[in-house]
Amino acid sequence: MSQSVEYIGLGKVLKEVCLREYLCAFRHRQAFINPLVFFAIIIALFPLGVSPDPKFLSMASVGVVWVGALLSTMLSLDNLFMKDYEDGSLEQFVLSAQPLYLIMLAKSFVHWTLTGLPLIIISPLLAMMLYLDFEHLPALMLTLIMGTPVINLIGGIGAALTVSLRSSGVLVSLLVLPLTIPVLIFATGAVQASIDGASINGYIAILGMLLMLSITLAPFATSAAIKLSVSN
Amino acid sequence: MKWTFFHKLGSPKWFFDISGKLLPWFVVTGILLLVIGSIWGLVFAPKDYQQGDSFRIIYLHVPTAILAQSCYMMMAVSALVSLVWKMKLADIFITSAAPLGALFTFLALFTGAVWGKPTWGTWWVWDARLTAMLVLLFLYFGVISLQSAIDDIQLASKATSILVLVGVVNIPIIKYSVEWWNTLHQPATFKLTEKPAMVPEMWMPLLVMVIGIYCFFTAVVILRMRNEILMRERKTKWVQAFIFK
Repeated sequence: MSQSVEYIGLGKVLKEVCLREYLCAFRHRQAFINPLVFFAIIIALFPLGVSPDPKFLSMASVGVVWVGALLSTMLSLDNLFMKDYEDGSLEQFVLSAQPLYLIMLAKSFVHWTLTGLPLIIISPLLAMMLYLDFEHLPALMLTLIMGTPVINLIGGIGAALTVSLRSSGVLVSLLVLPLTIPVLIFATGAVQASIDGASINGYIAILGMLLMLSITLAPFATSAAIKLSVSN
Repeated sequence: MKWTFFHKLGSPKWFFDISGKLLPWFVVTGILLLVIGSIWGLVFAPKDYQQGDSFRIIYLHVPTAILAQSCYMMMAVSALVSLVWKMKLADIFITSAAPLGALFTFLALFTGAVWGKPTWGTWWVWDARLTAMLVLLFLYFGVISLQSAIDDIQLASKATSILVLVGVVNIPIIKYSVEWWNTLHQPATFKLTEKPAMVPEMWMPLLVMVIGIYCFFTAVVILRMRNEILMRERKTKWVQAFIFK
């Protein structure tokens, strides 16, 4: 039997998917800069709208940074599958011989490095503008590092469910935001514990559990939803 | 016992026939139990020694709250059935039950607020169970809006099933996260494993109300499902025969 089609291994497919994602993102830079600017604007709006009092702001800072991170991640979810759906590459992913589960996981990972990571990098600056003490910054960073991938992964499910719809912006947030509440609670709880001088290990352990659960389970739902949206 | 009866329930046509015969029973039992339960609970049940008459809203609050949660569980089971066995009726159930679930969640929150004012002194607190119910309400809204956003009915049903299943994984996590976060609400009134802490004169009408509201829910769901079946199967011969007979 002659094998005319070259078999491409899983590792190579995943590498190509990641490289392609980075290339596409590089060519649409603005789409990834906008959520960051949005994040900064939300945080700037808060002292203007509520109170510029340093005491109050330092109390609210963790929550404000986290809610800002949630909202700006919701905004970036449009980028995740929309272009791939329109140019048909999503169908190629579904048709690929390699598991869609892992391809979706790779896509989510790349998306996180492009949206979550920059957000984590600028968040200490913004948190300090809200008078969060310097010594609590590591706790905030740690919760963001563990929490934003969870939001990205859960958000991926919502984005995959709505990718075939024309106007999906608000709908994705409506579907995804209620599901991200545990992340918000434990992340802000951890930083609050750090401010109170308590141990943050318990909160971090639970965040780690949420991260593991969403890495293992969310891509299943995402790939099921992608298959559904593509079949439309 | 013949199981063909049970299998027939999976086909829209047979479900339509059988549910039509069952419907009056559920309507009559539901209304009867609700009337008996509310009169018994509101007039004859003894006063609470601490809360006086204001505790009587429990006869509306607890049944709606129980149903709000169990409606989501029923939807989750249907979602699994719909995704695994691709049964049409499971999709139809989710479509029909979601707005009712949202309604009961809202009623539970509303009666809770009315009860909270005299006993806790406030309409709303950011307490674990209240917050979890509020999130449940948002989940119902998400299901309803996803269902109505997709034009293709088959596709909408499958997408909704995935969302419902994702939600059911998250419900225990949300429940425990908000419980550790902040709590004031009393523990559950009824537990299957324990004897209720109330006297029988107080919990008997409550039990009647719970069963009554389940009957009422079943009756309304059957009505909504029958409408949905007629709408979705409108091109089949039996529906046209039924309508133009």
